[in-house]
Amino acid sequence: MAYQLPAWAALAPTLVLVATALVLFLIDSIDPDSENRALLAGVSVLGSLAAAGFAVWFLLAGTGDEPISLYADTLVVDTMTLFFAFVFASVTALVSVASYDYMRDHSYQGEYYALVMLAATGMTLMPAANSLAVVFVSLELSSLPSYALVAILKKNRGSVEAGLKYFLIGALSSSILAYGISLVYGASGSLLLPEVAGAAGTEGLTGVLGIGVLMILGGFAFKTASVPFHFWAPEAYEGAPAPISAFLSSASKAAGFAVAFRVFTVAFPVDAYLASIDWVLAVQILAVVTMTLGNFAAATQDTVKRMLAYSSVGHAGYALIGLAALSGGNDQFVLGASMTHLLVYGFMNTGAFLFIALAEYWSVGRTFEDYNGLAKQAPFACVAMTVFMFSLAGLPPFGGFLSKYFLFAGAVGAGFWWLAAVGAINSALSLYYYSRVVKAMWIEEPTREFDIESKPVGLYAAIVAAAVATVLLLPGFAPVWEFAQSAAGALVA
Amino acid sequence: MWIEALIAVTLASAAAVFLAPNKVAGKLAFALSLLPLVGSLWMYSTYEASGNALLSGSTLAFETNTEWVVAGPYSLNWHVGLDGIGMPLVALTTVLTSLALLASWTPIQERQSQFYGLMLFLEASLIGVFTALDFFVWFVFWEMVLVPMYVLIGVWGGPRRKYAAIKMFVYTNIASLALFIGFVALVFGLGDSVTTFDMPTVAQALRAGELGSLGPVGPETLKLAAFVAMFVGFAVKVPVVPFHTWLPDAHVEAPTPVSIMLAGVLLKMGTYALLRFNFTMLPDVAQQNAQLIAIFAVVSVIYGAMLALAQTDLKRIVAYSSVSSMGYVILGLVAYTVYGLGGATFQMVAHGLISGLMFMAVGVIYNTTHTRMVSDMSGLASKMPITVAVFVAGAFGYMGLPLMAGFAAELFIFLGAFGAFEGSVAFTAAAMFGIVIVAGYLLLAMQRTLFGEFEVETDYEVGPAAFHDVAPLVVLVLLVILLGVDPNIFFEMIQDAVNPLVPEAGGGV
Repeated sequence: MAYQLPAWAALAPTLVLVATALVLFLIDSIDPDSENRALLAGVSVLGSLAAAGFAVWFLLAGTGDEPISLYADTLVVDTMTLFFAFVFASVTALVSVASYDYMRDHSYQGEYYALVMLAATGMTLMPAANSLAVVFVSLELSSLPSYALVAILKKNRGSVEAGLKYFLIGALSSSILAYGISLVYGASGSLLLPEVAGAAGTEGLTGVLGIGVLMILGGFAFKTASVPFHFWAPEAYEGAPAPISAFLSSASKAAGFAVAFRVFTVAFPVDAYLASIDWVLAVQILAVVTMTLGNFAAATQDTVKRMLAYSSVGHAGYALIGLAALSGGNDQFVLGASMTHLLVYGFMNTGAFLFIALAEYWSVGRTFEDYNGLAKQAPFACVAMTVFMFSLAGLPPFGGFLSKYFLFAGAVGAGFWWLAAVGAINSALSLYYYSRVVKAMWIEEPTREFDIESKPVGLYAAIVAAAVATVLLLPGFAPVWEFAQSAAGALVA
Repeated sequence: MWIEALIAVTLASAAAVFLAPNKVAGKLAFALSLLPLVGSLWMYSTYEASGNALLSGSTLAFETNTEWVVAGPYSLNWHVGLDGIGMPLVALTTVLTSLALLASWTPIQERQSQFYGLMLFLEASLIGVFTALDFFVWFVFWEMVLVPMYVLIGVWGGPRRKYAAIKMFVYTNIASLALFIGFVALVFGLGDSVTTFDMPTVAQALRAGELGSLGPVGPETLKLAAFVAMFVGFAVKVPVVPFHTWLPDAHVEAPTPVSIMLAGVLLKMGTYALLRFNFTMLPDVAQQNAQLIAIFAVVSVIYGAMLALAQTDLKRIVAYSSVSSMGYVILGLVAYTVYGLGGATFQMVAHGLISGLMFMAVGVIYNTTHTRMVSDMSGLASKMPITVAVFVAGAFGYMGLPLMAGFAAELFIFLGAFGAFEGSVAFTAAAMFGIVIVAGYLLLAMQRTLFGEFEVETDYEVGPAAFHDVAPLVVLVLLVILLGVDPNIFFEMIQDAVNPLVPEAGGGV
């Protein structure tokens, strides 16, 4: 007789992450000044890999095919929860590996890893949230450690300033989100997402509900670094330690989208709400403005890290297409495409920021010119960076090509060809600034001598793993696509 | 599985060479490139297929067709296979890559492992282009070619390499976008009957006239628009005048081995794709606009040749003559007869070998004299007789002398084009005049540089080239003559794949 796991075990990825955080705190309290970086990083990597392993196992075993409701329906584990748990856990693993070298000689080692794990825990809870209360709590659980992580280089003015900015805008957005939730609760009388959906036709409260929906949208826009709540993003990404920038711009952003997807499809289903509250139009405007603004700003930057930060805003715009093209009758396809893009983005964008981490580790400099001729010194890492850049731009033969294509094809299929057109034009524009990096690394002559003595094993391992994943995601696109489709199907089918 | 193995071995070799130390990279790369070379020759010798890869009723060699991604109603497949058009081009790719690698030993003196790794990566992508039969797989390989090319020109090229590399990248990338939109619009236009990007399925549906409307756009307009989008996309690659301006820059700045690959194989991607997409899938549009396309072809032939005549740089002469030679291919395609299409395909192979030979010869001369200016040298024949002999042989091949590959190809094209469509006699006659100009500039260049009193304005000692520089030249000359003496080595295979395209052919010439 097969042993049946208890229902709460479906949360295994989250539980493993929180347990890892606790183990790290334990290690830190036994030996507060621990310099044993290998132990700390090792525990984090093992924890996040185990979480990713659980997610993959459950996905393959079909655990999420029938949604599992937990704790009075406030949490739900379905394919989407597991799909995103895999994204967050794998990004966390990459970030942990890379931090081993990056955080050398910094204080607060134990706290650093524990905070990363806690933030990851919050992220894995976000797609599982089935109640607006859990939405708020999990969003805060991932945000609060992030504020501290951005500012963890306490002696670095940029880091502290970025942390403060992030925190202030984060606090503002949280209050907007909380206010929005309270309005929705007032109009619908429930915090559970499926029950909120029933409030659509409430007479006389449409206005209250509508403002609530828009404010919740604003809260998510902050988390996903979408316009107009994106101001923190370039500052925070630039000031934060580079692995944390990777973490925030890939995992944290995907988490914001994950929770937005669930809330907006389950609590505010298009067909019930479109008549009274046209939030799809708001998201469409948001998507177009976000990708255009992000891309144009990225094209005008002088430093590579800031360019990546703004391009990350642009990618938030692409991912928003998943929500913006709902109501077009192609919901499952386009939502799945959005999720797929977030997964691919998780690897390629993390890899790109980790390459920045490597450059910072070598003190190469920040501007494009500083990267000139880097390929002569570190060809292998530069191949990986080239892979990330071209994949982010959406060129074949990398994973980003198909995920972008499906995203745009989904929008066209839903009848929003203009969304796809704006996306495609932006995508073409993005090739300009991405290829600037490639050009600097490979083609330009070095402007000064590099001092590259060591090749940090951890950073290299993480970058290579991300590059291999980015390349393999093209031939391995089929399973990812299928899981994303079934994840989307759980929400909209 | 053989095609997959061929690509995988080449990619693995590229990775191995990339990681190898600079000192051994060149020799290692050449040795490893023999694997795909032997592989493709073995495939050629055991090749058993019939018909055209895109038409029904054909059997393909080494075919694989498995599901890759199912996206909504649409499916993408991993579909590769070879017919009589793909096989010669794959063989050409592997032969030229190995020879180009050999020709890199002298000129490439820095960052060798990266250079050779990229060259092998390029080879793998090219094999993919000529074997892929699903649009997405094909497009992935098509774009994969750009990445190594950009770096190869940009890093190891001449003084204006950055400009040339970026110009090439921008031109061809925009072209790719155009063709992508064109093709995808066609598939969507086919409606619910075709829910795959499989090229044979799409081609057969289009030939059967199943194209419907796409939104407000009617089938005829859609067909024409898609044809134009794809034609522009491929014409940049070929390149057809007036889309050719990236090519001379890229050629002149690229190092010799990259020029060999560029002229020898990359340009064929354009004509190959034109044949596969425009002329196989939408033959009626091609025939309705035959005169217009023929104008492009003839202008390319004449204008390219005139430009070549005006150059003073040996490499530029060869570069512009490519524009001219590829014009013949377009003429053969637009003729749409058994001889025309077959000759065009044959010319792809022949020009691949001959232009590779010419660039290699110019490269050897440049390595020795350190100048490419016609005015700077004369009488090279007395100092480097073998190189000069081979150069002359290559030039004769270019002029289309009988018993050389170029002659067979051009003869087939002219035979096929003559009287093929209204006004074709005039177009063919005009194109034939191109041969005269070609002979003119090549003879002039040879007379000034190779013969007469020896004199070179350079500080370098001029002497015979190294063995590994001359050997690939000799191999190429032998191949050019072999193909000229016995065109059937490839021509039967090509005919077999091309005949089903032409309704009145009834198979066989």
